[in-house]
Parts: sequence; C-alpha cells; structure tokens
Amino acid sequence: MLPILHLGPLAIQTPGLIILLGVGLGLSLAERQAGRYQVNGSYLYNLTFAGLIAGVIGARLAFVAHYPAVFIANPNSLFSLNLGLFEPIWGILIGLVISGLYGWRKRMPVRLTLDAFTSALAIFAIAFHLAQFSSGDSYGSPSNLPWAIELWGTRRHPVQLYETLAAVFILFLVWPRSTWLRISGQHFLTFIAMSTGARLFLEAFRGDSVLWGGIRSAQVIAWLVLAVCSWILGKYQVKPTSIP
Amino acid sequence: MLAFKNRHRSFINILVLGLGLIWIAISSVGQTFTDRSIPAPRRGFLAPDFSLINLDGQEIRLADFHGRPVMVNFWASWCPPCRAEMPAFQNIYTEYEAQGFVVLAVNSQESRTTAVDFAQTRALTFPILLDEDGNLSSRYQAESLPTTFFINKFGYISNVIYGGPISEAFLRIQVEKLLEEVP
Repeated sequence: MLPILHLGPLAIQTPGLIILLGVGLGLSLAERQAGRYQVNGSYLYNLTFAGLIAGVIGARLAFVAHYPAVFIANPNSLFSLNLGLFEPIWGILIGLVISGLYGWRKRMPVRLTLDAFTSALAIFAIAFHLAQFSSGDSYGSPSNLPWAIELWGTRRHPVQLYETLAAVFILFLVWPRSTWLRISGQHFLTFIAMSTGARLFLEAFRGDSVLWGGIRSAQVIAWLVLAVCSWILGKYQVKPTSIP
Repeated sequence: MLAFKNRHRSFINILVLGLGLIWIAISSVGQTFTDRSIPAPRRGFLAPDFSLINLDGQEIRLADFHGRPVMVNFWASWCPPCRAEMPAFQNIYTEYEAQGFVVLAVNSQESRTTAVDFAQTRALTFPILLDEDGNLSSRYQAESLPTTFFINKFGYISNVIYGGPISEAFLRIQVEKLLEEVP
C-alpha cells in the first residue's frame, strides 16, 4: 500500500497518479488503433474528452443541486478541488450522454466505436485495480495464506492484485490484434463479459462486500451483466458482421 | 457447421452461468467478513484511540468524546493547505460546537511554541494537540499533511481526506451528516 508518493517536497496521491497514467495510456492506444475499426482516431479522442469534461462538470452540478443551501452559503466551494463534492453516478451518466451525442453528431458507428474503445477500458481497468491496491481500498477478506498481505489491522487476501492479474489477462485476450474476435461489437462485449466474470469470481475474496440478504450484491449484478452479454453475443453469431 | 458451433457456444454460456450461480451460493456460505471493530485508520473501521497533550498541558483522549462526532485533523504550520483550511475549521467549529461537534487538530512534529503562535495568530478556539514525536501521525498513516478523519458518534471513521484545503461546503455537509446519525 502506497497512498502517497513523496517526490522531494511534493506529496503526490498515488492512486490518482496511477488512474491518470491509465487514462492517458489507454486513450493513446485507442486513438492509434481506431483506424483498424474504421473509426476516426481524432473523433474517438474528442468523444472521450467531451465525456470526461461533461462528466466532471455534471458531477459537480449534481452535487450542488443536492445541497444548494451549502453552496449558497459558500459559493467559492463551487470551484473547490475536493473530490467529495461530486456525485459520481450522475457524472458518469452525464458523461455517457454527452459522449453519445458527440458520436451521434459525428455519425460514428456504435459497435465499432465501442470496440475501438475496448483497449482503453482494459488498460483503465488495470490502472483502477492498481490504484485500489495503492490506496488500500476494496480490500480482501482475512486470510492465512502465505501470500496474504497485512492491511487494516489483519492479514488479508491481496484481492486488488488478483483483480489486476485478471485485468491483464483480459487485456491480452481483447488486444486489438486478437484474431479470434472478428465480429463488430465482439471486442467490447467480450471485455464486459470477462470483466464481470472476473468480478463474479473474485468478489468472493473481498472483505468489504455489500450484502443483499446474505448474498454479495456485486456478484448478483455481475452475473446479470454476464448473462446479458452472453445473450447478445449469442445473437451476434446468428448474423455476423465482420470487421474488415 | 455454423449451427453446431452456435449450439456448442450456447451450451458453454449456460454452463458458465450455472457455475456462476453455484459460485455465488458457495461464496455466501461461511464468509469471513472483516471485523470492523479492529481499530484501523480507514473508513468504516473503529478509530484507533489515542491520548495527547493539548496546548494547556492537559491530556486529551479520543475515547472521552464517544457519543459525539469528531474531526481529527493532522497539520503543521509549514504546510500551506493546512494553513488555508484552518479558517473553515474555525467557522464550522464555532457553528456546530453547541451541537456536540468536536475538532481535534493534531500538530505533527512541531514545538509547543510554534503551535501556540499559530493558534493565537489565527484565533483558533478548538483543541490543538501536540504529536511531537510523530507517533500518532504514524499510527494514523498520515503520510502527507493535511490529513483529516471524520469520526462518527459510535467511534467509527466515516471519511478520510488526504490533502487539502478542505472547503467549508464539504465540511458542513460532513458535519451535518455526522450529527444526523442517531445513536
């Protein structure tokens, strides 16, 4: 666990740094590989940035709408860098809508755009799990296994590392040059299916799961997403549309 | 051939989903969840107890504030964001002290004289504690300054903020949430 990276007088939050590196690396790879999917690389880049910026602004505005009296009393806080002053779910939704509108305006093909974006998502997933390892978030359940790590007062499964390894394996499978993925939309759906499959399996080793009547909620959601992906992938196989 | 391949894949899909359901059932039996009563400087865990001397030389113990929401802030006078967030802490403390809100500002590894000068210059009225050897900062893993812990009435950490300055709006929301919790 390394939440803070000390570089001389600077104290950098390691999770944030890892996430930024992941986003940058993922986007540059997606932009370079976009042509392979007949998607304009610049459009893909702009679509992502439009979504990110709209997401950040939207998340802050949603938070302000939730607590208007607080911001009327402290209007300067509207521009605060505090991460706690965001509504992440609204930010994601608004970011997706704006990205979708951009893609629609530029007539970008949906399935191929998602495929072109898959490698960025796969790299981001690796960065996300490494960031969680550095911050100690999403920690594992207590364990006496030889590779258990000391975290938050006891020895635990290094579940963030399990998830990182799974994400690396998934990146390898959905790498843009994979020859076994030939149907448009298949890269993206395979990534989602494998990621949710990994989550379904690895959630069992988490120590902070949210329970629904004794069952881990993340596993139930992951199973449902996996089932939907399997069904759509099955449909695709009936009428295949090949990537050139 | 294509139909056979599709049927074969459908069988695999059903098998995977079935195994998934079995795994969900297996992993919900005999699960070993975290005992959050283990003291750890982490959101959701019991705040590690401590005892430090304030600027008047009196011993202040975290456990003495059980039943009241507490904000523990690690700071130093040389740290610009620590200096920047102190006025907000003072405003919020003045406003919510009567409702039971407690601020414990832990000075990290500076002398008593430095801390006294700092508090007097800024007219700070909340308790300032001295962690001259840095032992508590280390136990709370406050590797960078400022680091702020919000502790609820039951002694559990509800939020941890690394870095700053924390805005007054954020503070107000945190404190109101903590005060709303019913014991």
